[in-house]
Amino acid sequence: MTVETKMALTEQDVRSFSAKMNEADWMADFRADALAKVEQLPMPTPDKTKITKWNFLDFPAHAVESATFSSLTELPAEAQELVSENQQNIYVQHNNTPAYISLSDELKAQGVILTDIFTASREHADLLKKYYMTDGVKVEEHKLTAYHAALVNGGVFVYVPKDVVISEPLQVLFLHTDAQASLFNHVIVVAEANSSVTYVENYLSTVEVATGQANIISEVFTADNAKLIYGAVDVLAKGFTTYVNRRGVTGPHSRIEWALGLMNDSDTISENITHLVGNGSSSDMKTVVVGRGDQKQNFTSEIVHWGMDTDGFILKHGVMKEAASSIFNGIGRIAKGATRSNAVQESRILMLSEKARGDANPILLIDEDDVTAGHAASVGRVDPLQLFYLMSRGISKEEAERLVIHGFLAPVVSKLPIEGVKKQLTEVIERKVR
Amino acid sequence: MATLEIKDLHVEIEGKEILKGVNLTINTNEIHAIMGPNGTGKSTLASAIMGHPKYEVTSGSVTLDGEDVLEMEVDERAQAGLFLAMQYPSEITGVTNADFMRSAINARREEGDEISLMKFIRELDSKMDVLEMDQDMATRYLNEGFSGGEKKRNEILQLMMLKPKFAVLDEIDSGLDIDALKVVSKGINEMRGEEFGCLIITHYQRLLNYITPDHVHVMMQGRVVKSGGAELAKELEERGYDWIKEELGIEDETVGQEA
Repeated sequence: MTVETKMALTEQDVRSFSAKMNEADWMADFRADALAKVEQLPMPTPDKTKITKWNFLDFPAHAVESATFSSLTELPAEAQELVSENQQNIYVQHNNTPAYISLSDELKAQGVILTDIFTASREHADLLKKYYMTDGVKVEEHKLTAYHAALVNGGVFVYVPKDVVISEPLQVLFLHTDAQASLFNHVIVVAEANSSVTYVENYLSTVEVATGQANIISEVFTADNAKLIYGAVDVLAKGFTTYVNRRGVTGPHSRIEWALGLMNDSDTISENITHLVGNGSSSDMKTVVVGRGDQKQNFTSEIVHWGMDTDGFILKHGVMKEAASSIFNGIGRIAKGATRSNAVQESRILMLSEKARGDANPILLIDEDDVTAGHAASVGRVDPLQLFYLMSRGISKEEAERLVIHGFLAPVVSKLPIEGVKKQLTEVIERKVR
Repeated sequence: MATLEIKDLHVEIEGKEILKGVNLTINTNEIHAIMGPNGTGKSTLASAIMGHPKYEVTSGSVTLDGEDVLEMEVDERAQAGLFLAMQYPSEITGVTNADFMRSAINARREEGDEISLMKFIRELDSKMDVLEMDQDMATRYLNEGFSGGEKKRNEILQLMMLKPKFAVLDEIDSGLDIDALKVVSKGINEMRGEEFGCLIITHYQRLLNYITPDHVHVMMQGRVVKSGGAELAKELEERGYDWIKEELGIEDETVGQEA
């Protein structure tokens, strides 16, 4: 397979897919426009990772049909572990099929929306159009964003109206059980003024090997004074070529907190950017990563300060084993006029084998004088003196390494807002680093 | 009774010989002190007994009740009953002091026979009281952000929780003020008994005001050059080391110099 492949799908294909999913007409046009742009647009250029040989375009099937679930007890066992019994507000997507949805009457009465992206295009067309690839991620950014826009085959729309404070997390489970499936999921989360919400998503592959594409975009928006916590644990199978783009845009005095456990076994380009647009807004971006096998990954975490008095904090810890390699790009950008802003970042990579590769690039781009900024970065191996210390108390070498690794990743793991998900992440880490 | 026996031990670090034939026998129910100026190999002896990765034993033996300690991995040495209170304990983020100590205790027990949480907490609380440690030290990350004195107390706390047969205390008194020194000594004295032997490594005699040793050894040039009882420590306090050097015809006591 070559990268400059002829696109598998035509305008007619994307329009008929749109019709099949019962989307609103505007969505069909949106797809067709995007498809027309794919050819001319360049590929993205993630810093320090050469992706010219990566195959982001070919896949065996645009969409597969999978079973729906009439209750959460029908989920595969490994998926059930992620969901607590009393989880009232949850959307489950089975490969590309909206498979289960539940939203409490209380939240419905308050005007909260939780629905699949196809339904949203019909039932909440005006709202969705306002946010769908407009101020967050744009269709024209590069080939993969346009490709995504043309081929979206899943995703969810979450809307929290003004003044609504949701204490329990909203959970979304993207279940991948079919090796043929590709995931072009689009997630939109909107928190209106003075609202507060915690959104947690899981990507879970139950098959060992995938043959499709994962091209995932999330756009999240906080209006004045809103607070949004976005937790994610990605556990996608080897074989995907994964492009995942999670982006936030803040209104005045609002806050977006990210807690991302990026545990894919696939080659992955991950981009997580928050635009601090509103004055006094802030973002906290925490990421943990484990790489294994011969995986190649690139993780960009960027906070862009546009508004005054904005505060950004990036914390990223990764463990690389076997022949895995990964690039950590941490970018704090302060635009002219964003006075009294503060950009802080810390990136650390722990390497567990001779062949593992890690590179941490802290970047500060500052166009304003009256600001504060700081960065710390390190790449290293498990400290033999730490192991000696732990072992001198009778702890085995394996257990000592386990303690050091879990300790190293703890700052992010402990931040995940759902117990089941936190437990899952701990177990995934356990499994991957063993 | 258990016996730790060190015979003609030679140790190198990065190709340089530091220990040049150390002989020492320690029984349980005995406290030994090794004294000597800086750079004479005292800490090397401590690290080599525990199996520090940087130190290479080139010849000689260390046995515990006849078992070859040098053949054991570091964790096996601990399981066999050795403990080293380190001069510079590592800091480990994300692992709480209490979790670490519980893992260490359970590591030496059979599966299914783990210490109960209640019993562990009771014991930890009582030992921390003896050492006058704040309760929050249990939930802080292991040694992270601890002051020098807190780290030393934490080493002794681990000693008291793990109850080894033999402990080597590597300059446990350095950087401690007199009050902390008394507290740490109290902890060590509590361990004294028929099940416990101890090797205290120190520059200064002042620790030995609070822990009376049964045997005192002086190290110079990578060897034990003189041994005696508690009175030897007193004599060193009063007269310094020069008289020993004179007696033995040593000009420079540090390693790398020959008599």
